[in-house]
Amino acid sequence: MSRPLRGAGVTRVLELDGITKRFGSTLANDNVSLHLERGEVVALLGENGAGKTTLMSILFGHYTADAGEVRVEGQALPPGKSRAAIRAGVGMVHQHFALAANLTVLENVMTGTEPLWRPRSDRSAARRRLADLSERFGLPVDPEARVADLSVGERQRVEILKALYNEARILILDEPTAVLTTQQAERLFATLREMAAKGLSIISISHKLNEVMSASDRVVVLRGGRVVAERRTRETTKEELAELMVGRAVERPKRPPAHPGEVLLEARDIHLSGRGGTALNGVTFRLRAGETLGIIGVSGNGQTTLAGVVSGLYPPDGGSLEIRGAPLARHDVAGVIDAGIGRIPEDRHAEGVLGDMATWENVVLERLWSPEFSRRGIVRRGAARAATARLLSDYDVRGAQVDGRVRLLSGGNMQKLILGRVMEADPSIIVAAQPSRGLDEGAIAGVHRRLIEARDRGAGILLISEDLDEVIALSDRIRAIVGGRLSPAIPAERADARLLGLMMAGDWATAAEIERQEEAAHAL
Amino acid sequence: MRFERREQSSVALTVMAPVAAILAALVMAGVLIAIAGANAFEAYGLILRGAFGSRLGITETLTRATPLILTGLAAAVAFRARLWNIGGEGQLYMGALAITAFGLLPGIAGAPAPVAILACLIVGALAGAALLLGPVFLKLRFGVDEVVTTLLLNFVAILFVSMMIEGPLRDPLAFGWPQSVPVPDAALLPQLVERSRLHAGLLIALLLAVAVWWVQSRTVFGMHSRATGLNARAAAFAGVPLGRTLAMVACLSGGLAGLAGAIEVMGVKGYVTTDLSPSFGYSGIVIAMLANLNPIGVIGAALFSAVMFVGADSMSRALGIPSYIADVTVALSLLTMLVALFLTQYRIRR
Amino acid sequence: MSAVLDILASVGMWEAVLRIATPFILGTLGVLLCERVGVLNLGIEGIMTFGAMIGWLTVYSGGSLWAGLAAAALCGAMFGLLHASMTVNLGLSQHVTGLGITLFASSFSYYVFRLAVPTSTSPPTVEPFRPLAIPGLSDIPFLGPVLFNQTAPTYLALALVVVLAWVLYRTPLGLAIRMTGENPHAVDAQGIDPIWLRIGTIMAGSALMGLAGAFLTLAAFNSFFPTMVQGRGWICIALVVFALWRPGRALIGAILFAFFDAFQLRLQTVVDGVPYQLFLMLPYLLSILALVVMARKARVPQALMQPYRRGER
Repeated sequence: MSRPLRGAGVTRVLELDGITKRFGSTLANDNVSLHLERGEVVALLGENGAGKTTLMSILFGHYTADAGEVRVEGQALPPGKSRAAIRAGVGMVHQHFALAANLTVLENVMTGTEPLWRPRSDRSAARRRLADLSERFGLPVDPEARVADLSVGERQRVEILKALYNEARILILDEPTAVLTTQQAERLFATLREMAAKGLSIISISHKLNEVMSASDRVVVLRGGRVVAERRTRETTKEELAELMVGRAVERPKRPPAHPGEVLLEARDIHLSGRGGTALNGVTFRLRAGETLGIIGVSGNGQTTLAGVVSGLYPPDGGSLEIRGAPLARHDVAGVIDAGIGRIPEDRHAEGVLGDMATWENVVLERLWSPEFSRRGIVRRGAARAATARLLSDYDVRGAQVDGRVRLLSGGNMQKLILGRVMEADPSIIVAAQPSRGLDEGAIAGVHRRLIEARDRGAGILLISEDLDEVIALSDRIRAIVGGRLSPAIPAERADARLLGLMMAGDWATAAEIERQEEAAHAL
Repeated sequence: MRFERREQSSVALTVMAPVAAILAALVMAGVLIAIAGANAFEAYGLILRGAFGSRLGITETLTRATPLILTGLAAAVAFRARLWNIGGEGQLYMGALAITAFGLLPGIAGAPAPVAILACLIVGALAGAALLLGPVFLKLRFGVDEVVTTLLLNFVAILFVSMMIEGPLRDPLAFGWPQSVPVPDAALLPQLVERSRLHAGLLIALLLAVAVWWVQSRTVFGMHSRATGLNARAAAFAGVPLGRTLAMVACLSGGLAGLAGAIEVMGVKGYVTTDLSPSFGYSGIVIAMLANLNPIGVIGAALFSAVMFVGADSMSRALGIPSYIADVTVALSLLTMLVALFLTQYRIRR
Repeated sequence: MSAVLDILASVGMWEAVLRIATPFILGTLGVLLCERVGVLNLGIEGIMTFGAMIGWLTVYSGGSLWAGLAAAALCGAMFGLLHASMTVNLGLSQHVTGLGITLFASSFSYYVFRLAVPTSTSPPTVEPFRPLAIPGLSDIPFLGPVLFNQTAPTYLALALVVVLAWVLYRTPLGLAIRMTGENPHAVDAQGIDPIWLRIGTIMAGSALMGLAGAFLTLAAFNSFFPTMVQGRGWICIALVVFALWRPGRALIGAILFAFFDAFQLRLQTVVDGVPYQLFLMLPYLLSILALVVMARKARVPQALMQPYRRGER
């Protein structure tokens, strides 16, 4: 398996040999072997749950492997010691950046680089060294800036600089483009290639095929905790990698053409500052019956706030939200649900369910005031349990019991439960925020099928997602959200990666032109 | 050594947790007794005999358990909604003080007993609730942590009581002792057992424990308060009105603590002094935790504490071991209970 | 009105300010350390009580005053270890654990005290720390006696403010401590174990709380009696918020607070017709006010009250 793909004369800087790691009854890594040559960019490709992060956590000493060995330049690393990994020259750039928002860039980079008991930090030396590194690798940052004030792109730069500052010769990037626009990602890839040319070796963890194809020399595919294939990037195709990654052909459901009807939901110039993260600065859109409007965007541009407004969590400061031409009677969760809006939250665990409450309680909690489930403030437990039992079988929620805790469900089944809860109320509008985040392909297909069915029944669906493939697969029209504003809408048929990238970056000229053409065509 | 979350925590483990916790606390306190030069088994024997060995002991234990059940319930309902009400002590005093002031109204002394009692109970509960609504308002409006504010208000409340019983509410017949005017006879709770201090307050406390259990498990408000405590964000997403729920929880929790004070005055003391409560309010926190926040469990946990407190007094007289050993044991049982609860949820792996 | 001015102009009052401030300085620094590393320590009230008792007991049974302080610091550190092992290693509720430690440490202090002094007549006193006039400086009119005629523990507390500020902002250890309070994952990723860092820092902070308590018996009241700490620990928790988690501001906060306390004590004697309890309530109400004023400004350590477990986010 670890047969070198290149000829002689290259040095092997990293070897993972027969790594096995078990969590309880699940085998997260099963005899995984992997190697990395100097100056090489290897993509570690796999679905969520394929074992990528576990493998890298073992390499980095966060976990101890049950079996196997990690060797850096021929030397075995002691297991479970991240210090040793750092000293051996391994640097990790985390997916959720491991930075302290209230400290400065310099402080973040310096932490842990000096002997802990030294009576005084040498800040000026550190500042010089940081400036030197950021110049050498083309990663400009202000060392005295507070991390909280930086953009995500800048934060990623800080993370990379932190690794370089630790004299990393092997750089591991965990889902590096998750928070970047297409253009920012391209810039990152250029930087990475330049760094590889200067002798760094890089492992990039990803589940995005486009990214893997454009930014690696070699691809290692992980599935179910095992290495299933290894390919040179220029000798493989996206299609082959997709099949290897998924292990079976998964058909995302086909979407019949839309038949948009009346305007169900209309947002007019919605403003909201402060609460719920990024502000909204004048959001206007219409959603019709029987269509799906997809909202794309780089995370942190107001998606969460927008979903929160439509879900009834945050009443806007200005502007209005109208349902079938009439303003909402009460802008709160109850008001929104009464108006026929079904809500699929962005974060299942933090918002969607209460893990330590019973399944039936989770099912009825948001409709507790309906006479079906309570009378004079007293919960109708029988009715609630019966409705839950029905829902569990109708929506094929596996592993759930009416009285059991929801915490134990898998992500896919939890999402089925939430979907069932939404659909049972027969909503005319559905807000789906990141509906398939963290799910495996099978579960994603199920979620998509339900959403398409709802649309075909005449519901309007507002899909807010950072997964471009998902938006393209489901949406009839697409808008981008940038800095709390929505771009013009383009029909899904006219979307391509480049146009969507421009829209996400805030360059809306082409999109506006397309919107104008579409409107003109409809006016005829 | 690592800890791994148990996939399913069994009912048996959860029931065993307080028993194990109390045993562990007794063992540790036993070591302290031994260090002080007494036989721990003898000491515990004396404690049990003091608490159960006589009619007087039993009635005293039950009398002592009465306010503890109420402050335990007060902490349990608040903690369930993750409202850290540590102000039970102050709320208790406000409840007690309020009824002595209320009793001065001419209509009360002349009212039939059931009316006077009911009115006083309501006033006591309202006073306790009022003291907690302040911190809850500050929490909701300004984001001020209620732990510190409720703690600080305990001191303010006791100073306020001191001010009132040395001022407007002072009993002129008490020969200069700072104590309040007595509550009217009509508002005194009837005795349960002759020639004892045990009063009808125990029945009220037991009834309230059942009522609180029912409210928490059967009503919309109960479900909302549990959801708020488990995950406020998810609760808000499901449309639980967090502010209103917390305010209602505060009324319930503060009200129960206020009732503890009112009932102690109406059933045992008859008037208010600044040593009315040997930290009933703080003990309530331990009791709630020992009961794992279960209202019915609060009854058992309160009984355990009452046995320790009443028994330790007589044990102390016999062996010369300071009766503070009861406070030590009860406090230790809170710490051991936390660990025991942890072990019901995690298993240790090497 | 002139009586009020007289109070403000009196050396005695200003002399008292630093003395009253000392336990608050020490306690606030202790809370600050714990919270900077991400752990709320509600054990402070009990740890102060135990420190007061053990400091007094050490001296009462023949130890030196410094031995009393050392004993208080050591016992404080032990309670800190207990708190850390429950909240850091096991990740238990910091609120409940802290309260448990307060209840345990207080009742344990009373128990030990009663064992040492079984009869409950007036509590026995010890010979306390005497004011230490700094030659030269203490002769400066007004400022001399106010600043340079204090007891040794007061000077120690003032020195600790400087030391702590230096450690937190000028050393690699301090950076690691602050980082742990903000994001323990980041510290771990840099190869420093946040668990041990938290344990050590909590022990140090709790030692300071023990010292704060010992000051009460060894330099203020000269004896121990139950409930003597009177919520001072809780006030320290509020002062840390007021101080925005910075040692320099903690000093200012403690002094401001002590000023009001000294002022109200003296005001009681000149203002007639106002119950003294109202004055005594002031410190607690001021603390609540400080919390309200600062609640919006506060840049709370991001990982405060977040237990850290490897591999969990």
